[in-house]
Amino acid sequence: MKKIGVLALQGAFVEHIALLRRLDVEAFPIRLPQELESLDGLVIPGGESTTIGKLMREYDLMAPLSSLCNEGFPIMGTCAGMILLAKRVSDLSLEPLGAMDLEVRRNAFGRQVDSFETDLEIPAIGEPLFHGVFIRAPFIERVGDGVAVLARLPNGTGVAARQGNMLALAFHPELTDDLRLHSYFLSIVNGDKNQ
Amino acid sequence: MDKGTWTVKAGLAQMLKGGVIMDVVTAEQAKIAEEAGACAVMALERVPADIRAAGGVARMADPSVILAIIETVSIPVMAKCRIGHFVEAQALEALGVDFVDESEVLTPADESHHIWKHDFKVPFVCGCRDLGEALRRIGEGAAMIRTKGEAGTGNIVEAVRHMRAVRDEIRKLGSMTTDELVAEAKALGAPLELVIEVHKTGGLPVVNFAAGGVATPADAALMMQLGAEGVFVGSGIFKSSDPEIMAKAIVKATTHYRDPAIIAEVSKGLGVAMPGLDIRTIPEENLLSPRGW
Repeated sequence: MKKIGVLALQGAFVEHIALLRRLDVEAFPIRLPQELESLDGLVIPGGESTTIGKLMREYDLMAPLSSLCNEGFPIMGTCAGMILLAKRVSDLSLEPLGAMDLEVRRNAFGRQVDSFETDLEIPAIGEPLFHGVFIRAPFIERVGDGVAVLARLPNGTGVAARQGNMLALAFHPELTDDLRLHSYFLSIVNGDKNQ
Repeated sequence: MDKGTWTVKAGLAQMLKGGVIMDVVTAEQAKIAEEAGACAVMALERVPADIRAAGGVARMADPSVILAIIETVSIPVMAKCRIGHFVEAQALEALGVDFVDESEVLTPADESHHIWKHDFKVPFVCGCRDLGEALRRIGEGAAMIRTKGEAGTGNIVEAVRHMRAVRDEIRKLGSMTTDELVAEAKALGAPLELVIEVHKTGGLPVVNFAAGGVATPADAALMMQLGAEGVFVGSGIFKSSDPEIMAKAIVKATTHYRDPAIIAEVSKGLGVAMPGLDIRTIPEENLLSPRGW
């Protein structure tokens, strides 16, 4: 059985663990560097990106996470996770991991009263539309070569991307009952190289 | 695009889990809180310990204080309105706060009714002392619950009492047969459909934090081990002798709440915690937690 760690410094990690367990993988929380050993994949959940980023530094997770990213390790980041995986982030007081060639804007849609739900077309997972839950969400401002944008809002704004084995989502599949994006991530974990 | 839905309101509370929400009264304090790793700040004119000391009527904070804090930090900003004062809540929503706390720490504006929170796009958090109170607030539209504790005392005893009461009643509901739930809903004073939901799921339908009396990292971890999904710290940070160090230590203890070695480590050399109050020495009319109906 594949082992998927979910970074559990702060945020909605329990929801990811519950969804992953429904897909028959071993999923558990990660809070310290030694817990990263012998994983097959990692999820960086939604939460407050500054809080998660600071705790990553305080407990020496930056270096091991960066080296995992460089090795092409499968990682999925949702919302705050997308922010932390990006190379450049506007309005973030700390350095993100910089693992994906993305430029991301935080709180890009406004404050909480502007948080929204909308259906997304995501060709990588096919029909039907995926219900996207956007909470004080970021969006993608620019992608580098080698990054595929997987989903866009009707106005063209990128809200999901894949680069190699890394997946970044601006919204929260863990707040829905739809397992397809987690399944898609597990197909990456299982060695599917298709973008 | 649907805005202000139940999913995005309750969802923001889910994103705050495992975090510390800190009371702040100035933009400078808000910055310190954000730097220390707070997952949100509560913008206030005075922390509860000072509200308690000042007496008189405590109201919504001056919007200029709230706006200064909103402009300074990028984490979510919460603000308090009086119980039942739906116009203060409307004003807070218009200011762009991310969460409204309909709070017993302020002087209630209505002694029979809370705000009908479903009418708002902004999510609400409300206090509770037991499961019935929690479910009444959720029925009115609260997207997040916090156990009340006794704010401004630096004494964790009431927070523990309220968290245990909620947990015990949830366990009790879980062990009941379906035909017992109507009488229990009546006894709790809670909406039947929510009582049935708790009976089925074994938990509250929204996120539950602890509040009211958290003054040390060990207090925060205690509440987490008792089942809180995060903590509010009011006077405990900026009434301590070294707020920056205390704030960081409470954040770490909340993340690593099951790791005694880390809790011991972060508890070293914190300076003086806020001066505490023995609840039994507070005259009954000065208690905050019985406010709410």
